Amino acid sequence: MSDKSHDPNQMTGAAMIVRALIDHGVTDIFGYPGGAVLPIYDEIFQQSEVQHILVRHEQGAGHAAEGYARSTGRPGVALVTSGPGATNMVTPLTDALMDSIPLVCISGQVPTHLIGNDAFQECDTVGITRPCTKHNWLVRDVNDLAKVLHEAFYVATTGRPGPVLVDVPKDVQFATGTYHPPRKSDVHRSYAPRVKGDATQIRKAVALLAGAKRPVIYSGGGVINSGPEATRLLRELVEVTGFPITSTLMGLGAYPASGKSWLGMLGMHGTYEANMTMHDCDVMLCVGARFDDRITGRVDAFSPGSKKIHIDIDPSSINKNIRVDVPIIGDCGNILGDILQVFKAEAKKPDIKAWWQQIAQWRARNSLYYRKSNDVILPQHAIQSLFEATRGKDTYITTEVGQHQMWAAQFYGFEEPHRWMTSGGLGTMGYGLPAAVGVQVAHPDSLVIDIAGDASVQMTMQEMSTAVQYELPIKIFILNNQYMGMVRQWQQLLHGNRLSHSYSEAMPDFVKLAEAYGGVGIQVHKPGDLDGAIQEMISVKRPVLFDCRVASLENCFPMIPSGKAHNEMLLPEQANDEATAKAFAGGKALV
Amino acid sequence: MNQPASAYFIEERHDPNETHTLSVLVQNEPGVLARVIGLFSGRGYNIESLTVSETESQKHLSRITIVTTGTPMVIEQIKHQLDRMIPVYRVVDMTLTKRSIERELAMVKVRGEGEHRVEALRLADAFRARVIDATTESFVFEITGNTDKINQFIDLMRPLGLVEVSRTGVAAIGRGPEGM
Repeated sequence: MSDKSHDPNQMTGAAMIVRALIDHGVTDIFGYPGGAVLPIYDEIFQQSEVQHILVRHEQGAGHAAEGYARSTGRPGVALVTSGPGATNMVTPLTDALMDSIPLVCISGQVPTHLIGNDAFQECDTVGITRPCTKHNWLVRDVNDLAKVLHEAFYVATTGRPGPVLVDVPKDVQFATGTYHPPRKSDVHRSYAPRVKGDATQIRKAVALLAGAKRPVIYSGGGVINSGPEATRLLRELVEVTGFPITSTLMGLGAYPASGKSWLGMLGMHGTYEANMTMHDCDVMLCVGARFDDRITGRVDAFSPGSKKIHIDIDPSSINKNIRVDVPIIGDCGNILGDILQVFKAEAKKPDIKAWWQQIAQWRARNSLYYRKSNDVILPQHAIQSLFEATRGKDTYITTEVGQHQMWAAQFYGFEEPHRWMTSGGLGTMGYGLPAAVGVQVAHPDSLVIDIAGDASVQMTMQEMSTAVQYELPIKIFILNNQYMGMVRQWQQLLHGNRLSHSYSEAMPDFVKLAEAYGGVGIQVHKPGDLDGAIQEMISVKRPVLFDCRVASLENCFPMIPSGKAHNEMLLPEQANDEATAKAFAGGKALV
Repeated sequence: MNQPASAYFIEERHDPNETHTLSVLVQNEPGVLARVIGLFSGRGYNIESLTVSETESQKHLSRITIVTTGTPMVIEQIKHQLDRMIPVYRVVDMTLTKRSIERELAMVKVRGEGEHRVEALRLADAFRARVIDATTESFVFEITGNTDKINQFIDLMRPLGLVEVSRTGVAAIGRGPEGM
């Protein structure tokens, strides 16, 4: 025997994959086996350092890995087979790309000699996933595998984080080659994200902030992605400047909802005070957000009188939708630190008492008002009750997509980052349940709740089975109004109340469904029973489907109608039929 | 503002379009061209001309020259979107440098007899096009120059029996001693 056979770095491709996961500190992965990944599953079977969670559908693996990543700040890992396994990952990969979530997906591929032959379970995985990953690789030689895997983790977690995919043909998994631990030369020399902000730009920003009369800080998911230091610095900046702060859907929790400078979320379903503050401000500091169309409303009427400072690690986010005056490219945490340092050394806290008085007037409009009822549970009330019941507990919230998601963002107060997992950019119905599985795997002793809608939750319901198998006591809190609520709301507001296919005529019995999966089902109809039922849900240490029957035709307000500006919000107390018709008049004319 | 019922904000943009030539230095690896082209098609950008070839085989570097049109904001987006791709080293807007030379090569096949044939040859000579293939009834001309010059030559050949054209697309390089 040659010496080579004793070299501990000589191993099969499949073994390299498991070894690389361990070297990158991965303890849990989510996946589903199949023909083209069997050698990897064989390696997983023979070790105990990496725990594998078997999902019921590859999309679930992807969202679970996303939930895991978002709640820990570490990359999530998914393992899927070729063909349908890979195509089922397209939705989570796209979701992670839109929301900048570090995700490493390893997919099996048919053997290299069969690639291009339309072999069984073959698809062009790198071709299909090219537009929905930050980068992807097809590994044709086992001796390239270690380098590619290390680079994949590096690319996923640095710069603007995002999903990556490594496609490994089955013969490469079987082949033996040389493994090496992570090293700097594994990464493309062309990839060097900028971290440190330009000093001149930082000075310009501080000068604007110091001279502001009507400032606002608008923060986003980038602050949370940057890590705990960025969150700490953001809070310090708010404290030092005394500025009001709002945030995007993705940024909730970076500044505590109980903080005195908090305006609530901004955007289409944001608070009146947040949107008016954005519209009327003279200096805007955007940190780690990207002026998404749900945020800006009508672009040519977006915050017309302000100087805008934009901190982002991705240069392509600058001037994409909104022209800004002082772009600063780099890591939020790094730049916030520099801004604070300069501000503290050279500037005084500006006097903005008059601005706060104006904001207080907007706040007094109580834009999140809703009419409570003793007969029927209002969805907003259900979220408030859930928030009160879980306040102070070690709680993580995931959501699906739709009205319930917006109500959760409006009525659940987040005090810390990484506690709120929602599909913001892509708007993926079916995200929340598998994401909760991932969060619970990462935080086995915490309370993990998926605030769900009855339509969304049925898209990935099968992952209840995963939760039961791994004894993950996730709580699926379904606001059941029997409609695709947001679709119905838009149909009501924009399409003459013609409710085309937004009603689910055959709703499953969620209690029986929970029991069929081996979980616990709870149903509640009456407002008076709600608190007790929530307590019961929390105390059960098993997966729960909580069927909360809510008012079926409630709309989510406030709302910026399409084509309108921040100061043209429709408030709940104005949202009678006449005002609604007028607000959407431009649309109605062409219906 | 009258607009169709939509949850999106539909806007008309009025900025005029500009044409820019971009030089992109990339790692020559499988799929890199697909990434660049996919970016353009996926985000709805225009490609007027695309030229690509390995330029430094030792370092596995390829140079892609793209001629594109868009509003100034879109052109800026295109450059940033290209620049953030993992295998992309550099993106240089040759149009903004105002110090670049652009060349294209075309092969132009013309079929004709008598006066047309003489006229084609005469014009080719004026344009410094070379004859690289000839039969008793046809020529293939090779012409190099900027896009306008080639367009003009092709237009002149049209009435003289133009059969077909093969063009390389634009290649661009900066003037002076510095590389990109």
